Amino acid sequence: MNPVNYLYLSALLFTIGASGVLIRRNAIVLFMCVELMLNASNLALVTFSRMHGNLDGQIIAFFTMVVAAAEVVVGLAIIVSIFRTRHTASVDDSNLMKL
Amino acid sequence: MNSLIPLLVAVPLAGAALLLLGGRALDRFGHWLGTLAAAGSFGIGLVLFAEMLGRPTDQRPVREFLYSWIPVNGFQADVAFQLDQLSMTFVLLITGVGTLIHVYSTGYMAHDERRRRFFGYLNLFLAAMLLLVLADNYLLLYVGWEGVGLASYLLIGFWQHKPSAATAAKKAFIVNRVGDLGLSIAIMLMFVEFGSFAFGPVFGAADDASEGKLTAIGLMLLLAACGKSAQVPLQSWLGDAMEGPTPVSALIHAATMVTAGVYLITRSSAIFDLAPDAQTAVVAVGTVTLLFGAIVGCAKDDIKKALAGSTMSQIGYMVLAAGLGPIGYVFAIMHLVTHGFFKAGLFLGAGSVMHGMNDEVNMRHYGGLRKYMPVTFATFGLGYLAIIGFPGLSGFFSKDKIIEAAFSKGGTEGWILGLCALVGAAVTAFYMTRVMMMTFFGEKRWQPDPETGEEPHPHESPKVMTLPMVVLAVGSVFAGALFTYGDAFLKWLEPVTGFEEGHPPIPAAAVTVLTTVCMLAGVGLAYTMYGRTRVPVTPPVGSALTRAARRDLLQDDFNHAVLVRPGSALAATLVWFDSRGLDGFVNGLAATIGGVSGRLRRVQTGFVRTYALSMFGGTLVLVATTLLMRSV
Amino acid sequence: MTSTGEAVQFWVLAVIAVGGALGMLLMKKAVHSALCLAATMLALAVCYMAQGAVFLGVVQIVVYTGAIMMLFLFVVMLVGVTSADSLKEQLKGQRFAAVLCGLGFGVLLIAGLANAKLHSFTGLSEANAEGNVQGLARLIFTKYVWAFEVTGALLITAAIGAMVLTHREYVQKPKTQRELASQRVKDNLQVPPMPAPGVYARHNAVDIPGLLPDGTVAEDSVMGTLRERGQIRDVSQEMLQRMAELEESTADWLGRPSSARPVTPEQRAALETVPTKEKKKEDEA
Repeated sequence: MNPVNYLYLSALLFTIGASGVLIRRNAIVLFMCVELMLNASNLALVTFSRMHGNLDGQIIAFFTMVVAAAEVVVGLAIIVSIFRTRHTASVDDSNLMKL
Repeated sequence: MNSLIPLLVAVPLAGAALLLLGGRALDRFGHWLGTLAAAGSFGIGLVLFAEMLGRPTDQRPVREFLYSWIPVNGFQADVAFQLDQLSMTFVLLITGVGTLIHVYSTGYMAHDERRRRFFGYLNLFLAAMLLLVLADNYLLLYVGWEGVGLASYLLIGFWQHKPSAATAAKKAFIVNRVGDLGLSIAIMLMFVEFGSFAFGPVFGAADDASEGKLTAIGLMLLLAACGKSAQVPLQSWLGDAMEGPTPVSALIHAATMVTAGVYLITRSSAIFDLAPDAQTAVVAVGTVTLLFGAIVGCAKDDIKKALAGSTMSQIGYMVLAAGLGPIGYVFAIMHLVTHGFFKAGLFLGAGSVMHGMNDEVNMRHYGGLRKYMPVTFATFGLGYLAIIGFPGLSGFFSKDKIIEAAFSKGGTEGWILGLCALVGAAVTAFYMTRVMMMTFFGEKRWQPDPETGEEPHPHESPKVMTLPMVVLAVGSVFAGALFTYGDAFLKWLEPVTGFEEGHPPIPAAAVTVLTTVCMLAGVGLAYTMYGRTRVPVTPPVGSALTRAARRDLLQDDFNHAVLVRPGSALAATLVWFDSRGLDGFVNGLAATIGGVSGRLRRVQTGFVRTYALSMFGGTLVLVATTLLMRSV
Repeated sequence: MTSTGEAVQFWVLAVIAVGGALGMLLMKKAVHSALCLAATMLALAVCYMAQGAVFLGVVQIVVYTGAIMMLFLFVVMLVGVTSADSLKEQLKGQRFAAVLCGLGFGVLLIAGLANAKLHSFTGLSEANAEGNVQGLARLIFTKYVWAFEVTGALLITAAIGAMVLTHREYVQKPKTQRELASQRVKDNLQVPPMPAPGVYARHNAVDIPGLLPDGTVAEDSVMGTLRERGQIRDVSQEMLQRMAELEESTADWLGRPSSARPVTPEQRAALETVPTKEKKKEDEA
């Protein structure tokens, strides 16, 4: 088996995540989709690392995880505060920017 | 001593600044401050005059360079003053008569709450007029010229609460602007032709210039003079300008401002002498105006407007004389000075009459006032005798000389001009006698005030008003004789304007006799019509000429039909074009953009998923493009 | 080429990962989505390890699946575990466009990968010679030390940001229990303690309201948050009916006169819940 299959898997997961962001309305699920996209890219990075025979790709994946963790913390805090004031977790209800 | 010259202008200018900027603190004594400024300027003028007399004739003109105003390569405008005999004459006339009118105004405007401002404007006017006559180049003269226009606008419209006064001020300003355009064009022509607009270089180079260009400059200068001096065809503002307070009429529209045109023509004698066509135009304008003004003066029942017609007519004499060339310049200025005396006196007298008659101006409501206002009667009477040219009084000498000069023009032209001037003299006598008779003689025709129902109680004006009238009356009586004695005025002014003895086709004595006869005929006719018969309170219908003259010989109708209507029509067309064509295009563009934006706005749904979709779509396009580029 | 074992492992993991991802995408309830995602992440963790990234695989399990996904679940509980996400699309054309974009993107990516010349690979045996963790540490603390330090700053910022965002400032001093009690007595509204949930009911679950002695529902006995979400389960009407029948037969057996018998409660309408926004919208739709 060629390791490029990992890349195909990564592309597939990334696409599913992106479509999920567009389709789902629950802010939490939306966030999960973003996480899925990040994971997909991590898989690609790890695979690249293996292909090139150095560990730089893994380092980047590691940093991606750290950033994702920080992002999740802040994002969930935002969701909680939105839920507190608007009593909903649907992103369609937060459309005050509409003209 | 020369350093005193700028002070002539600076003193009244400072007075104006102080009065206009000083605020209410100056209300109590501001009028005396203004009078002091005028008197101070007069004093300086006297000192300079005495000093000038002390110098030999050829060293009399002096030039005082103050600073370089606009120093540009090839375009040098200086603030420099030139004081020669001509300027000196004007300085003394302006400051002297001006001071008297200031004194008079302290009494006349005593009850006006905006008196301080009035005196500020008067001082501003004096300063501008002095700048005009003292300037040593046309550009600085233009500054004074515009300053005079501004001050006259402010003074005519001084009682701006009256719509008629406000309108009259605007009219004067706008009509003057037409003339100002002429002056500015003349200045530009001079600069193009001579590379300078200072008097010295321009007059020095005039000899080498082509006659056509000189004629053009001369005609433009004539246009300017017409505007300022109320000559046909720009005469229509003068009558309406009587809406201003009477001292203003005396100062601006009798003694000083309207003389600016005569000054301009006389000052530019070097140009006019070399442009005979322009001179002919000047003569024609003067002659037409002198008859025009005289006819208008005959029909007016408003005492001030009758005097305004008279002013127009007398200025016409001066312009006629100035257009005659060296044979007339001196007499134009001489008549100007004597006219300054008696016309100021007449206006002040008219003001005094109005003061005593509850501001009534209609002469048909006067009558028999001589008993009630003896001093006014006496001074007005002397002024009257002077203006009609009663032998021995000042008008006699100056006007006689002008008529003589008109005959001296020679040929058919000379005859026509001389006869017109003679007719003018007769008409002058007629309308002035009419004014005199209707105002001071006959039975009382006083009318109660239409608003309060109060009967007028004519009374003599206070001393502060009568004193200037007396001084001016003395001037009107003796000035002519003084000037003519030993040809003093001629010798004084000749070095500047030049002089050439005229040779009338008939002897000079005959002209004098003819003038006197014409004058007497006019007086007699008027006496029969207004002294012997009762003057009706309501004006009779009168002949067509009378009716036209009452409407200022249809000048306003003419202007309206020939200038205003087409102007309005043009403006209406342009407005239509603007609102339909330009605005339509612009509004259509705006509406299109607005409509497109309104539709585009819907793209902004406010849903975060829509935005995410557009981002994702963009990424898709980017990836597709990248792959395409790589594969290609 | 990799070993056959890895190929088998890959295909199994790939099926789990894609299935989890699709499950996350299609599950109606957020908590199910979270669990599906956890499955995908675990599968990916194994993939990492299979590719020589042992450290990352462990981090993926510990940090991602262990910490981040639990945080997700925690928030899901906070927001409402049963609040189902309506899968009915409300933006016109959004779903169609999203699917179209997704398909296009996927096709493009896979086409791009297929075009790339990736037939040979180096493998990590050399890089991992002294151990995967040691190799990573060498890089992190030498080449990437600056990025690593910055990451620390980022984490601190994120922690403070989360605190600030969720922090609620008290505008006035919160009331103590004593003050609340005296307030209750003063207002004379609810002097005795609140009824406990589940009394006289068939269950004693928190979302089932207690019954008052006359059989009516004591709404106060259910937590405010649940009431707000409309997650109250009503006591079944049948139970009440059966209790009434029981009392009736008891009275018959004792031969009580009808005046001494308890009044049979009328058939009560189902308990109305406080309508939430979500509910309202669905009603309107």
